[in-house]
Amino acid sequence: MKKIKSLADLLRIRDEQLTGLQAREKGEVAEDLVQVKVAMATCGIASGAKETMEFMTEALEKRGVDAIVTKVGCMGYCYAEPTIEVKLPGSEPVVFGGVSKEKADEIIEKYIKGGELVDGIIPVNYETVD
Amino acid sequence: MHLLVCGGTGCKSQESDQLKEKLKKELSKQGLEDTVQVIMTGCFGFCEKGPIVKVMPDNTFYIQVKPEDAEDIVEEHVIKGRRVERLLYTDFNKKQLRIALRNCGVIDPEIIDEYIARDGYSALGEVLTNQSPEETIELMKASGLRGRGGAGFPAGLKWDFARKNEADQKYVVCNADEGDPGAFMDRSILEGDPHSVLEAMAIVGHCIGADMGYIYIRAEYPLAIARLKIAIAQAREYGLLGKDILGSGFNFDIDLKYGAGAFVCGEETALIHSMEGDRGEPTLKPPFPAESGYMGKPTNVNNVETLANVPVIILKGADWFSSIGTESSKGTKVFALAGKINNVGLIEVPMGTTLREVIFEIGGGIVNGKKFKAAQTGGPSGGCLTEKHLDTPIDYENLVANGSMMGSGGMIVMDEDDCMVSIARFYLDFTVEESCGKCAPCRIGNKRLHELLQRICEGKGEESDLVRLRNLGEVIKDTSLCGLGQSSPNPVLSTMENFPEEYQSHVVDKKCTSGVCTDLLEYFIVEENCIGCTACARACPVGCISGERKEPHLINPDTCIKCGACMEKCKFDAVILK
Repeated sequence: MKKIKSLADLLRIRDEQLTGLQAREKGEVAEDLVQVKVAMATCGIASGAKETMEFMTEALEKRGVDAIVTKVGCMGYCYAEPTIEVKLPGSEPVVFGGVSKEKADEIIEKYIKGGELVDGIIPVNYETVD
Repeated sequence: MHLLVCGGTGCKSQESDQLKEKLKKELSKQGLEDTVQVIMTGCFGFCEKGPIVKVMPDNTFYIQVKPEDAEDIVEEHVIKGRRVERLLYTDFNKKQLRIALRNCGVIDPEIIDEYIARDGYSALGEVLTNQSPEETIELMKASGLRGRGGAGFPAGLKWDFARKNEADQKYVVCNADEGDPGAFMDRSILEGDPHSVLEAMAIVGHCIGADMGYIYIRAEYPLAIARLKIAIAQAREYGLLGKDILGSGFNFDIDLKYGAGAFVCGEETALIHSMEGDRGEPTLKPPFPAESGYMGKPTNVNNVETLANVPVIILKGADWFSSIGTESSKGTKVFALAGKINNVGLIEVPMGTTLREVIFEIGGGIVNGKKFKAAQTGGPSGGCLTEKHLDTPIDYENLVANGSMMGSGGMIVMDEDDCMVSIARFYLDFTVEESCGKCAPCRIGNKRLHELLQRICEGKGEESDLVRLRNLGEVIKDTSLCGLGQSSPNPVLSTMENFPEEYQSHVVDKKCTSGVCTDLLEYFIVEENCIGCTACARACPVGCISGERKEPHLINPDTCIKCGACMEKCKFDAVILK
């Protein structure tokens, strides 16, 4: 990793990140891929988020879906762990709660592949500062 | 197209299941069952206006939708594309605003670039490049940010004190010793967005003139520790920690110190002693840590959530931050919502939000539609808020005025089945266990307080005990050395204040109206339900149940040993505890 030597340097890295120059994976830009975020704080992991994450990563790979699966922190929905957020290219992110392996399978087959929503959506009930 | 129907508990109790079926039926009538899906979702946090239907992708919200409205939604909206005006809701104002939690659930906490992409470390860059420490401190003062650990001391003022104390070495400490039962705000921030805390600590270091920072964290937070270590290593690699940060000549590094999980170590002087390797016991203030803290040097201690707010305030300005919240309490507060509430979770609301909004609109109401009784804020140091406080805006001053406190943000909701005397005893259990034992009022006083409560719960209490409880509580508050002892009687005093009738019924009538204190309960047979099958009488080990076959039976309370065998055997719910 190169040292960041000034504020200008830092802002340049930020802008590169934002335009996705460095987020290229599999030769594509992140925006064009299916993005899956798994809430992996202690509470999520205790409810099985690790298994969900592993399943998601493997299953998407096996089924030939170009996707990025990342872990993120707590989304706040303790009553609905494990929680994941799925963003299909060009659409708004959708949060699903109670994502067991079976649910994850259903989400991949119906929503990710077919754009068809499934039960268990958690409406995002907060705004976040930019 | 999708129709999302709220399946939260509140909406389900208002026929949202039937509504879903009706919508499906209407769609298949029109031959649209394959093109339009009806989906059941979690709670929209809008329970008072339920059931909710959201139409995607055009984001139309319908409220108070009844099964008979299904036809209109399908015929008008789905087919003709015209919104159903009478059900339409446009004033959609989300109750939560995430500032401290802004990156939690958004970025990968183990990748520093994702934090940088969300303006991470830009605040540090701004402070180092374009601001003097005095300017930054003035900005923090103007923002009105107050400590989120409990006491609510203005952060900018604290930094100012540490800055003005001249010394060859100063320290920045992050208090991550989160100890309230049921609280996990700080853990979530550290696990979801560790860099925001590191960045803020470096900013504090620049303001007060420190080049070293420590995070005092409980060893029982292994994931938070692991992610902090990764974050620190990445920040060092980028040169965002270390020597000559961003070419400004400012040096700052951060290390971790582990706590063994003693509650009292959340108190800043006890925390510092624990860091130094001594017993985690508090000492009298003054001297304040800002004068003589870690290793006798000026030290600034801030809580995790306080720090997580800092970078945003610097980037967005004091005016922006102070526009959120109430007159005396600015910004937002994170609460860990737990207890008898449907949507248990981590929430962040602007100061001034009412308890009613938190419980019924965000929290989705009380489990099983029971009646709200009280909410405990401030953990074992706080008090309870009751029905009459539901519409009080939550801020530091209002909570104290109502006999509770902000605390670090635990909020435990209780319903009609909770006995407030037992709740007070539960919190006392905790403080007796966690008292460090240094001062007598806390060590001995809390023990006596606990014994009194125990007696009352066992039905051995007398009316004079209530006077003693109150007197002893006041004395402990006035004479204890540190915050732990000064606040430990709060749960007792506040439940006595708000629920005097429960204490009365425990000591005078020897009854626990919520049915929690088993020593005060008696088994009864409800005449109407009893068919005289004799199952209970045969199960009773002491033979205290009498009655003819096919006639209602009777329990003799004088010989009953309250084993509960009769209740277990009865198939007709005729045996009850009262």
